[in-house]
Amino acid sequence: MVTIETPRSPRSRKGAKWEKWGWLYMRASGVVLLVLIFGHLFINLFQNGIQAITFAFVAGKWADPFWKIWDGAMLWLALIHGTNGMRTIANDYTVRLGMRKFLNVTLWVVCFALIILGTLVITTFDPCSDPSVNQIADISIHCGK
Amino acid sequence: MAKLPAGTLYRGKVGMWSWVLHRITGVAIFFFLLVHTLDTALVRVSPEAYDAVINTYKTPIIGLGELGLVAAILFHGLNGIRVILIDFWRKGAKYQNVMFWIVVVLAALLFIGFAPRHLAHVFHWNV
Ligand code: HEM
Repeated sequence: MVTIETPRSPRSRKGAKWEKWGWLYMRASGVVLLVLIFGHLFINLFQNGIQAITFAFVAGKWADPFWKIWDGAMLWLALIHGTNGMRTIANDYTVRLGMRKFLNVTLWVVCFALIILGTLVITTFDPCSDPSVNQIADISIHCGK
Repeated sequence: MAKLPAGTLYRGKVGMWSWVLHRITGVAIFFFLLVHTLDTALVRVSPEAYDAVINTYKTPIIGLGELGLVAAILFHGLNGIRVILIDFWRKGAKYQNVMFWIVVVLAALLFIGFAPRHLAHVFHWNV
């Protein structure tokens, strides 16, 4: 049975305001993601090709701060965009409030964990400090020694 | 058989199907991104660990999966721009139907440009 509350008091505007920023974020991040992701696919998967994706390839790219910033922006924007999109979908299909809460919390915890992990990986990555890497010619040219 | 009602402007038409596709592709890309963040994080474990896992992306079956992933991203990304234009462009709603077909054609052209080269990589064709 669905019961409809008597509309005695209007809903608070707080949630609606937040929702508006989410709506705007989906569009703003979408435009930037289009450039970042299409560029990412063009360079890594089209030019370079899947067979040539190796540790050395990543290390070569991340020797340049430009690609660290590119990939870092992609990480943050895409995870938040995807998580917020999944939240919309979860809200559409859940009936029980408990289930909705559970899915929302799970989505944002996973999003937060992966953003922290990915950011740490990008910012602390230093191929030159790994001795085995000095044997890979196309990386060691970036290492200065 | 009884004649079906004409429906609405939205139901069963481009508006609805583009939304269904946008939603399905969004979910698919999201789950891939979760995995992709984790596999890339392996560069911080060791070169060997990263290469071992990334090698599974080079197998024929996963290679074909990547074709599907790229198709999903092409559609979702381009249709996302269409959604933004519908929302912000004065004539967006008027041209939403044409824009859908522009999205489909553009995505198809980019896919046709990408697929042969990717398949050549996956299956080691020397072209
Ligand atoms: C390539 C650039 C992208 C563009 C231009 C884009 C655009 C958009 C837009 C405008 C929306 C809002 C649709 C609406 O409110 O009706 C949206 C929804 C969504 N996006 Fe994206 N997006 C992109 C990439 C991604 C990525 C990388 C992911 C996954 C991590 C993703 C997952 C989703 C999801 C799950 C939704 C919710 C779909 C729904 O509510 O039906 N998108 N996208």
